[in-house]
Amino acid sequence: MIWLDTLVQGVLLGGLYALFAAGLSLVFGIMRLVNLAHGDLIVAAAYLILVIVTLTGLHPLLALVIAVPLMFAAGWALQTLVLNRLVGQDILPPLLVTFGLSVVLQNALLEGFSADSRKLPAGGWLGTASVDFGPVTVGLVPLLTFASAIAVILALNAIFYRTALGRAFRATADDPVTAQLMGIRPARVFSMATGLALAVVAIGAVWLGMRANFDPAIGPARLIYAFEAVIIGGLGSLWGTLAGGVIIGVAQTFGAAINPEWQILSGHLAFLLVLLLRPRGLFPRGST
Amino acid sequence: MAYRSTTSTPAARLFGIVALIVLLALAALPFTGNRALMQELFSVLILLTLAQFWNLLAGYGGLVSVGQQAFVGLGGYALFGLTALLGLNAILTLPLAGLIALVIAVPMAWFAFRLNGAYFAIATWVMAEVLRLSLAQWKALGGGTGTSLPRDVVGGTWGLDAVTALTGLRAAGARDALSYWLALILAAGTIAGIYALLRSRAGLALSAVRDNEVAASAVGVDANRIKWLVYLTAAFGTGVVGALVYLQIARISPDAAFSVTDWTAYVIFIVVIGGIGTIEGPIVGVIVFAILQYTLSQFGSWYLITLGAIAILTMLFAPRGLWGAISARTGLHLFPVRRRLTRV
Repeated sequence: MIWLDTLVQGVLLGGLYALFAAGLSLVFGIMRLVNLAHGDLIVAAAYLILVIVTLTGLHPLLALVIAVPLMFAAGWALQTLVLNRLVGQDILPPLLVTFGLSVVLQNALLEGFSADSRKLPAGGWLGTASVDFGPVTVGLVPLLTFASAIAVILALNAIFYRTALGRAFRATADDPVTAQLMGIRPARVFSMATGLALAVVAIGAVWLGMRANFDPAIGPARLIYAFEAVIIGGLGSLWGTLAGGVIIGVAQTFGAAINPEWQILSGHLAFLLVLLLRPRGLFPRGST
Repeated sequence: MAYRSTTSTPAARLFGIVALIVLLALAALPFTGNRALMQELFSVLILLTLAQFWNLLAGYGGLVSVGQQAFVGLGGYALFGLTALLGLNAILTLPLAGLIALVIAVPMAWFAFRLNGAYFAIATWVMAEVLRLSLAQWKALGGGTGTSLPRDVVGGTWGLDAVTALTGLRAAGARDALSYWLALILAAGTIAGIYALLRSRAGLALSAVRDNEVAASAVGVDANRIKWLVYLTAAFGTGVVGALVYLQIARISPDAAFSVTDWTAYVIFIVVIGGIGTIEGPIVGVIVFAILQYTLSQFGSWYLITLGAIAILTMLFAPRGLWGAISARTGLHLFPVRRRLTRV
């Protein structure tokens, strides 16, 4: 039964990684841009929620009502003021600028909040509650994390395939020049996409902060998990990203069950294995 | 009327003489016995060498790697393994560390080249993490907490006696002087080597791939081969640097040896600020870096915030960096690679 338990924990952890990865997947799908500061933005969002909780006394989940619009605005501003100047054929400028942003953000958080690790108060009941599924018992927070990953993917897919904004996203992703002829402004579409990505980041951050401790230095590792989930899933498929997150999560919990020092390493090895066998990921767009 | 193709310019010849004088002056530093300055310049020369190799990768090869710390760490661990465990002399392990980094770079490149552009960058980072976590399992070298280089390895380094006799420095000073000289040779050798590469046939192909990969392929340049060449060259050089750094520090741990901040972030900022895609760029960048470090080092993380912000602003408003701006305004090239026709 211990293995079944490990498996379930891994799947639920995968939900968190999928939340980290959804924004990355969305942005890459639309503008072929990888934001190397994505992990640090997750950590920054966790601190933002911490500040809101401390100032207002709200529960972290309620604080999302403030944090999600703020992160959306931050993403919109980042894209409009900085990244839109750099989107183009050459991938070097956006990579180097977002890498610089990652280092700046990490050290600014260090300066503002010190290196001490923090946690979001889940409240007495939610933090410890668990659900009994017969052979395995799972914590309510991990379960809700996974549920919100599914909800976020459903919502993003609905936006993508059923709204005018989604149509603009898809059109710009396919061919920005033709999209422009149809009256779409790619720069505005990009700004909406990055805003949306950071809104999702805020949702990932609240679960990250309630599940475990966080400090300013953990951003890059979150970026790497998110990236691995996107690649394993195959570019452009959000359900694939969830599957990728689950694979990383399961590999990590099994690695940790064998030897706690192997947790992160086995996640990376699972990623390299997929890259070896299926270089285009498990569910590349266009396969079905 | 006869014409000759040449890359040489009067300005470059003058600069060559100045560079030689500067090099001789730098080489003479240990005779003053100023250990603090030697240690400062050691780190500057190390960063300059790393920056040249990263610039070769990203600026010329178009391969933006965020995982060069993999080879610094491999070089460092190779030094420790070969000296502390196998008993080789430290000097001998410097080239061997480069070779080990090169051999391990082959499967790494094979993985990373499956992804292009932005995903290549993160893939290199993942592999550096895999190496860090794997070497943290190497209990003979202290596992996750690391270990120190045995005293007899440090003291038995070839050349120490000669340096002592030459400079009259005591043991610790002689070690600093030896490391400093090795770093100076490495930095000057790297710059000369990369300059020679760029002026060669392969360098012409490299510049063509940098400017336009499709067009270069159309005229028969094997872009993939060029990328392998650049990646493996950078791995070798970075590995040697790693071994030299950890010979000087004499203490290694996985977190320090595979630090993305120390071995890649600084290096990227130096190249971006100085000017990517030129040999002059990293040199200008490292000078700016050293000045900033000197003035801001007591402010802790503000230093990195400032450096990152300058790099971002450079990329936004002067994407060719400081040297690019100078060069565009004056037409100056200190390491000319452009072939011009002159009448004989």
